Amino acid sequence: MDYVQITQKQRDEMLRAVGASSMEDLLRQVPDELRLKRELKIPQGMDELALRRHLEDLAAQNSSADGQVCFLGAGAYDHFIPAVVDHLAMKAEFLTAYTPYQAEASQGSLQAFFEFQTMVCQLTGLDVSNASLYEGATAVAEAALMAANTTGKREIVVSRGVNPDYRRVLQTYLSGMPLSYEEVGLKHGVTDSQELEAALEEDTAAVIVQSPNFLGHVERVETLARFARANESLAVQVFNPISLGLLKRPGEMDVDIAAGEGQALGTPMGFGGPYLGLFATKERYVRKMPGRLVGQTVDAEGRRAFCLTLQTREQHIRREKATSNVCTNQGLMAMRASVYMAAMGAKGMRRVAQLCFNKASYLANQLKAAGVSLKYPKQPFFNELLVELKRPVEKVLPEAEAEGILAGYAVGKDYPELGNCLLVAVTEKRTKEEMDRLVSVLK
Amino acid sequence: MNKNGERLLFEISTPGASAVDLPECDVPEAEFDPALSTYTQSGLPEVGQLDLVRHYTHLAHRCFSVDGNFYPLGSCTMKYNPKVNEWAAGLAGFANVHPLQSEHHVQGLMELLYLLRMYLAEIAGLDEVSLQPCAGAHGEWTALKVIRAYFADRGQEKRRIVLAPDTAHGTNPASCAMCGASVVTIKSLSNGLTDLEDLKTHLSDEVAAIMVTNPNTVGKFDRMIAQMAEMVHRAGALLYLDGANMNAIMGITRPGDFGVDIMHYNTHKTFSTPHGCGGPGAGPIAVRKELSPYLPVPQVVKQGEKYAWDFDRPKSIGKVRSFWGQVGVLVRAYAYIRACGAAGLRDVSETAVLAANYVAQRIKHVYALPFGPKDGSPMASNPCAHEFITVPRAIIDRGVTIMDVAKALIDRGYHPPTVHFPVHDCLMIEPTETESKATLDGFAETLLELAEQSERDARPFKEAPVRQVVRRLDEVGAARKPVLRWTGAQG
Repeated sequence: MDYVQITQKQRDEMLRAVGASSMEDLLRQVPDELRLKRELKIPQGMDELALRRHLEDLAAQNSSADGQVCFLGAGAYDHFIPAVVDHLAMKAEFLTAYTPYQAEASQGSLQAFFEFQTMVCQLTGLDVSNASLYEGATAVAEAALMAANTTGKREIVVSRGVNPDYRRVLQTYLSGMPLSYEEVGLKHGVTDSQELEAALEEDTAAVIVQSPNFLGHVERVETLARFARANESLAVQVFNPISLGLLKRPGEMDVDIAAGEGQALGTPMGFGGPYLGLFATKERYVRKMPGRLVGQTVDAEGRRAFCLTLQTREQHIRREKATSNVCTNQGLMAMRASVYMAAMGAKGMRRVAQLCFNKASYLANQLKAAGVSLKYPKQPFFNELLVELKRPVEKVLPEAEAEGILAGYAVGKDYPELGNCLLVAVTEKRTKEEMDRLVSVLK
Repeated sequence: MNKNGERLLFEISTPGASAVDLPECDVPEAEFDPALSTYTQSGLPEVGQLDLVRHYTHLAHRCFSVDGNFYPLGSCTMKYNPKVNEWAAGLAGFANVHPLQSEHHVQGLMELLYLLRMYLAEIAGLDEVSLQPCAGAHGEWTALKVIRAYFADRGQEKRRIVLAPDTAHGTNPASCAMCGASVVTIKSLSNGLTDLEDLKTHLSDEVAAIMVTNPNTVGKFDRMIAQMAEMVHRAGALLYLDGANMNAIMGITRPGDFGVDIMHYNTHKTFSTPHGCGGPGAGPIAVRKELSPYLPVPQVVKQGEKYAWDFDRPKSIGKVRSFWGQVGVLVRAYAYIRACGAAGLRDVSETAVLAANYVAQRIKHVYALPFGPKDGSPMASNPCAHEFITVPRAIIDRGVTIMDVAKALIDRGYHPPTVHFPVHDCLMIEPTETESKATLDGFAETLLELAEQSERDARPFKEAPVRQVVRRLDEVGAARKPVLRWTGAQG
């Protein structure tokens, strides 16, 4: 099934209409010596039922988190997704539209993105949000490029508390550019502020920290932002949107750019994508911002209306001088996040964050009672715990798996000094009983 | 709806309302350190479930979409998005899998990704594919990084110039800039093809690559592409293909067979993954084997009967995004390729080409085709690929702008074609293969009616659209005094 509706008879009529005796007359524009003289080596097409059976077979060969208890986090989280999110965000009118270049034909998506921008601003406490970027890691890389572009400086200082994958992606973005990358170490599981202060140079464009950081600890963002400010560098915070129901917002801590992964806002874990890049900043930097922006305006009769705006920042107008090459973004994921945030509301977002924290606290206490301690028990956490196992992590993880528990992420791959530590994520979905089971496996 | 249209979420917010029922807490409440807590209310709206549903239902009614309207947006390939693909992407075994689960937990997903890798390599006629890039522009950027790593490995770091024709997509030069490459523009000939003489003067040992789109953005297959490839290769540079227009050539010719070294796909164009009001897309890249070592990590590989992630690629450019790719999008692309099969993919491209030529044929006596047949000859004498551009000078000369035509089409239920790209005053029309003949006829007739109307009276065009929820917008005002979020000030 190739979803072509034109019948053979119509095809012949259309060929006659364009003056072709056969399809070949239209394909001759491709020189003969360049033509593929055989069929593609791809299996023949499938009817819908056969296709569904095949896909069900492939899907059945994966153990979804649904059938297990998921304590895996490390950048992707198993949060509850209300049914309205799927129902509304996946409406065919949203699913099958494209970028709202023609405003009069796209008021619905434009208004939804204007609301999305507003809610991201409300959540982060910053002035402007774009209409989405690809995902967390690339959003952070865009923040670094924007900081360099804004300050005219060339060095990017990054805490080792930032998600290791984000740091790797950032290094890929910076390589080959006249920009340098410097990493600042951790002390007791959080950014070493003395080392960070010492790393700042006149040429430092951005200081990037994550809070809660990759190890789950809440960073002293205000202090780090103050260092950045004193050095005339931009402070960039990598954030988890769910945590902002409880934690101080980036805007309250004088952060210049908040960038992060928005998957937790109503997008399924989906084996890693598609996710949602969140990006918000202060008003004064708006013209250096990457990505699409929706603005409010009026129509010819003075009615409120919405359109894409400040497009002179973008590639289709400015080409090599654009603030970023991003074109297609994550519209549908932004739609999901919007419905999610609106469904939760101010109180719901606060409650979800509180539930995550309550449960993480319960788990921490139970682990301690069972003789398993946190690596840095004095560091404040939100919903991820860095647990120091008594038995080798490579033994514990398969045991937990056998019990149907995804126990967490072994951070030793990225932090050799934390070789036997497990990063355990707790969302509002986890129950007391599930956490008790985890404790019995980990002890 | 009031006179200002659908109210904003913030305007229907009712303190205390909520659309969700969160679980009871089965553990003790814990106190989060007040010193680390937020001290302000977020201000997020509070809306009951039915009001939330009505709000988004109203917004959905205010969107043109492929499911509701013909959407001949040139270069974007707005084909039908099969519903079975949505069903597939929603299967729990695909959608509810954590990306860091053990490989033995995700063999079905990895097999799907591995097979898709193979199919995309075959369609490209190239050796290896990376599925990781997030969208076409991200694919361009990734590919340019690969090209740079390839030359650096050969001690040719000075190759930092990338050539691109003047009709290139805006993302091409923007991606170059993000890789630290400088862009030099190559002229196009009056027949829409790249000027090889101009190209020759720009080739040097500082040129890394030329980025071309083929069929190009004016809808012509560049028949000199093999000669261009030879010139480029002789100069030690690489030929990059922007795969935006792959919908025209699947199974007919392959980029690798016409000299391309590296390319990106847009799955949301060629393989029917939905455009979602602007995304997500996916931008897999395909390369010749000489470029394979530099592809991003990790790569999905088959080891015996098992699938695995290969991180051990010492020459790799590194990671380009978190985790493995736009998997949910790739599942849809895979389902599409399997549904179509080899013969179906070729039929897709043939029909896309036929549909574009048919629409062009029906309107070309009024809508001039700068790169089409001359003197009333039929389209077959100088056909377009899967899209074409028209510069309807006769209409424009009557004082009707191309944007006026676009807005008039909206009132007639059609999403306008791409306007002013790749040349000023053009409509770029891409019907796609999935439209019925009746829809193509209806669209062609509407365009002809608009031309007639412009002859009688140009004024109504200035008013259009009049049948939408809004009239034409003040876009200049929007940019001059940007209002980018709701602040509560307006009613």
